[in-house]
Amino acid sequence: MNMTTTPAPPVSMIDPAVLPTGNGATLEARTVAAWFAEHQILDDISLAMPANSVTAIIGPSGCGKSTFLRVLNRMHELVPKSSLAGEVLLDGADVYGIGVRPAETRRHIGMVFQKPNPFPTMTIRENVLSGLKLAGIKNEGSNDDLVERCLDQAGLWREVKDRLGSAGGALSGGQQQRLCIARALAVSPRVLLMDEPCSALDPTSTLRIEETIRDIVGSVTIVIVTHNMQQAARVSDYTAFFLGDEGRPGTVVEFGPTSELFTAPNDPRTEDYINGRFG
Amino acid sequence: MLVAVTTLPDGVAAPVRRRIVASPTRADRAFQALVIGAAWSVLAILGLIFLFLFMEAWPALHQAGWSFLVRFQWFPDLTPPVFGVAALLVGTLVIALVALAIALPVAVGSALYVNEYAPRWLARPLVTMIDLLAAIPSLIYGMWGLYWLSPRLNGTSRWLTDHLGFIPIFHTSRRVFGSSMFVCGIVVALMILPIIASVTREVFAQVPRTTCEGALALGGTRWGMVRRVILPFGRSGMVGAAMLGLGRALGETIAVALILSINFQITPHILEPGGGSVAAHIANQFPEAGLAGRKALVAAGLVLFVVTLIVNMVARVVVNRSRSSRGLVD
Repeated sequence: MNMTTTPAPPVSMIDPAVLPTGNGATLEARTVAAWFAEHQILDDISLAMPANSVTAIIGPSGCGKSTFLRVLNRMHELVPKSSLAGEVLLDGADVYGIGVRPAETRRHIGMVFQKPNPFPTMTIRENVLSGLKLAGIKNEGSNDDLVERCLDQAGLWREVKDRLGSAGGALSGGQQQRLCIARALAVSPRVLLMDEPCSALDPTSTLRIEETIRDIVGSVTIVIVTHNMQQAARVSDYTAFFLGDEGRPGTVVEFGPTSELFTAPNDPRTEDYINGRFG
Repeated sequence: MLVAVTTLPDGVAAPVRRRIVASPTRADRAFQALVIGAAWSVLAILGLIFLFLFMEAWPALHQAGWSFLVRFQWFPDLTPPVFGVAALLVGTLVIALVALAIALPVAVGSALYVNEYAPRWLARPLVTMIDLLAAIPSLIYGMWGLYWLSPRLNGTSRWLTDHLGFIPIFHTSRRVFGSSMFVCGIVVALMILPIIASVTREVFAQVPRTTCEGALALGGTRWGMVRRVILPFGRSGMVGAAMLGLGRALGETIAVALILSINFQITPHILEPGGGSVAAHIANQFPEAGLAGRKALVAAGLVLFVVTLIVNMVARVVVNRSRSSRGLVD
């Protein structure tokens, strides 16, 4: 199949009264390759991730899934001696274009990391508002409303509303991760990248995060890297299967609507992987 | 049927707790004695120094009483003797604070540059060079400060007093500069820079990488990350580093003795020649002092010893507390 075609986004299951819908942007990678020094990690990746949908990236360890995610919001270049080729288009504009500031790109394309990383010196409330201060942007409305809205979207409001002044690090792992999601949402990103956000969490917390993902996808495009194929099947609208190992850089084997990829994969390697025959 | 057994049946003895004996080998014992000796000898030496100072200083302290801490003059050989460390102690503090005010921002800046901005090939040599500042003998600093730096700072001093003279510390009554607490402060700043820089560098390096990336991923600029994440994280560590530097600055002797022309006045005007320093005064006076004079100088040394001990202990506590609180958070 043609991997760059954009399938029509499926019907979202979101209550539009709660969230500002339609803020998500289309994110498109075109012939992306990436290196650490001379070691090539990715080769010729072209993917179009439709607005306001969840795209899951699956694949065995070491296939470059996380590197790809970090290429999308210009975190890749923070690693010394890293380099890349290709383009990443956010609603058609190249985020690596001349004169585009990385900080600006990262504000529009937020990220949630594998291990929850709330700021240890800040309270829960300060954590949510930290993005505004870090990027030096003014919040038009009231900060109280913003804190409540973001924590609510992240499904954390009811648990923490009475202790917004306590340290973010004092929460449980799952709560910390939802705090990180709330923090990322506070700068109104158009895309949210999630790098195995549940791999450090217990099953209950994992389900809460997955619910959160379905809740916020109406207002932000989501790209999630996951090791867990059940999770990809549960949470995503589209799935990309990456393959690569020590010898060869990672490439996209197959990309399509999640239901099709999991039930009727085109490539035998995809079928082998999703049926647990390797990886 | 199950019965809860509350007492032991007759004929069964209650369990007797055994003494557990692990007899160490001879080598173990010898080694233990050695390390215990090493550890305690440090404390013993500290105690003996204190005892020596106290016993030597006692006649002078007894004679002068509390006036020792508030008098300005230093005439221990007069009858009756008149002497006190007030001017010297204030001068010591002023020089140390000037040094700290200069060294702290430079040290923090260099630590941030090395950790966050410098390319890797530059960071390592830079660290080595900053650390090398600590390897220069203080006598060299003193000579350099006296012959090279002091005359070249006259212009700066003049500019400061002309433009900022309304601030008391930059005021001068006669337009004479050099041999001042300002020059001493700059020289001492260089000497305490390495310790402050290396402690702050270590503290900043302990900010988890994922936390820094979190800040950047939110659209933070590098400066935003430094200001909102790294500096708050390292705050108590910086306070501790500053106090370690302060402790060193208080005791700095030879460089200050060479540069400063001590007069027994408490003055806030750091650009003027004159001022005081306990350590430098002792170094200057000791060789020529009479019997009573020596006792008085030892008493001054005792005061300095106590002050630096307190500053250093507070610094250690602050640094350790910042370490353990980070451990809890992460």
